[in-house]
Amino acid sequence: MSDTAAIEAEGLVKHYGETKALNGLDLTVARGTVYGLLGPNGAGKTTAVRVLATLLRPDGGRARVLGHDVTSQATAVRRVIGLTGQYAALDEYLTGRSNLVMIGELSRLTAKAARRRADELLEQFDLTDAAGRAVKTYSGGMRRRLDLAASLIGHPAVLFLDEPTTGLDPSARALMWDIVRQLVADGTTLLLTTQYLDEADQLADRIAVIDGGKVIAEGTPTELKASMGGQRLLITLAEGSDASAAAAALRPFTTASIIPNEGDRLIEAPVTATDGLATEVVRALDEAGVKVNDIAVRSASLDDVFLTITGHKAEEDAAENAAEKEKQEVQA
Amino acid sequence: MTAVTLSPADLTTERSPFLQFVGDVWVLTKRSLARIRREPETLSNVTIQPVMFILMFAYVFGGAIGIPGGGNYHAYLVGGMLGMSLAQTAPGTAVAVVSDMETGLIDRFRSLPMSRAAVLTARTIADLLTQGIGAAVTALVGLAIGWRIDNGVGHAVEAFALALLFGYAFTWAGVCLGMVLRSAEAAQQTGFIIFLPLTFISSAFVPTQGMPGWLQPVAEWNPMSSLAAACRELFGNPNPAAAVHAWPAQHPELAVVCWSVGMLVVFAPLAVHLYRTKAR
Repeated sequence: MSDTAAIEAEGLVKHYGETKALNGLDLTVARGTVYGLLGPNGAGKTTAVRVLATLLRPDGGRARVLGHDVTSQATAVRRVIGLTGQYAALDEYLTGRSNLVMIGELSRLTAKAARRRADELLEQFDLTDAAGRAVKTYSGGMRRRLDLAASLIGHPAVLFLDEPTTGLDPSARALMWDIVRQLVADGTTLLLTTQYLDEADQLADRIAVIDGGKVIAEGTPTELKASMGGQRLLITLAEGSDASAAAAALRPFTTASIIPNEGDRLIEAPVTATDGLATEVVRALDEAGVKVNDIAVRSASLDDVFLTITGHKAEEDAAENAAEKEKQEVQA
Repeated sequence: MTAVTLSPADLTTERSPFLQFVGDVWVLTKRSLARIRREPETLSNVTIQPVMFILMFAYVFGGAIGIPGGGNYHAYLVGGMLGMSLAQTAPGTAVAVVSDMETGLIDRFRSLPMSRAAVLTARTIADLLTQGIGAAVTALVGLAIGWRIDNGVGHAVEAFALALLFGYAFTWAGVCLGMVLRSAEAAQQTGFIIFLPLTFISSAFVPTQGMPGWLQPVAEWNPMSSLAAACRELFGNPNPAAAVHAWPAQHPELAVVCWSVGMLVVFAPLAVHLYRTKAR
């Protein structure tokens, strides 16, 4: 049992009418790790979480959580998971404490154990002062914390967090990150979807980039960045310079095609870093008659990975994401 | 963060499924009642509204409505109002179900190892309790305007029991409505569109004898008419439906039981089915 993966998904398929929300998704999440699901709008991240958390029945493929099948052994799965969705799933009219006690009792805790756990979690999540207030008076950050606390009340071994920090201000976000790190230190397995690349970079041990309902890249953040050629070359040309001449002169140094932007004065290209690279690049450009205002070599970020793999930027998707979610729910 | 602090003694997983179901229903019924305690104004549909309707019908329309065979309109009115006070909570049930779907609370419940039928059962039980309040308010206002129980307490208890059975069946219809609609506004409006003709094309407020011939069978077979007639008969109030030859008018108590059981048999399993399969 201990060598079973926490989460295993094989060829998951889920249709919404003509739309294939999941199109053969494979996933393996080792116990005690944080796994990040990263993907553009409509990629199937939320659908994947809903299938794994037994809320949706897949049309094809199978998935197991701690060895329990999500369709045929759904109750067993529900005993070991916690789910925090994108919107705080709480009773607005109950107090924070009553919400936790209620979820605790419904998670098969005795009333006494539920009250004890509720007080522990309120303390841990810095909500003790607000415990007696109705949830509708809570701030966004407090709701998220309470929502996360609610999903932890039954001590789940596997926790699903669907975009846990979307819409939070930076300090509330930092607090959530701390909480997540503590959870992992306790041995909880975490599957996290996010639109924030830095969040995946910061928290996840492994990341799956998904698009069109399947995994298109998978690995540790370092592996993903390395697969992009490791380093990026950034050059700002002087006014009036010939960008195509510059691109031609750079071709021997770059590992992939060159992406010029901002009126073709800023050139960005993946390179393999070597000693004296910048010197050689400047010399080559000088020989081509191109004047350089600025040059830098930096490590690839996950943004670069995302852009290269999916062909679009993560931020563009983030904006449409909420609307798409709503559409998916309506179709459901 | 704390280490695992739960022991087997903290869990209720060893209890029988039935006890787990009862426990879940109890927890969730408390939740609905807690909301009423925090916001008593949510009870206005079973407190202020019946008072308003009774007074309006008794003093505005009442004088213009004649009862075939004679009798006091105020005494006639209460039997019909009872059905209205109870059935009109169904749109509220639908709104509550839609809200829980919208906030994601039902998704959370679905992800818990709890009983599948408990969420909806608890909703209907909480609503049955508010319907009890509605019935009491209706009876009290009725007493104030001159309605009396003229056929013994036993029959009166039977009338209230029938009314609550009828109301409970409507609650399950409300749950189904909430499960298939997508917003609280839609639930409110659809509830109103179904509920208004159901209440008014019946003998709840006016005898069916005055309606056009083509409409009379509709009103006579309307479950609202059966409940009104059953209550009037059991309370010993004026009941012009006794002179109507349609089967439900001749056997109003049996008709109420048939309608209620029929609705329960259709809507309760349908609601649970929708709950299980929605978005699956």
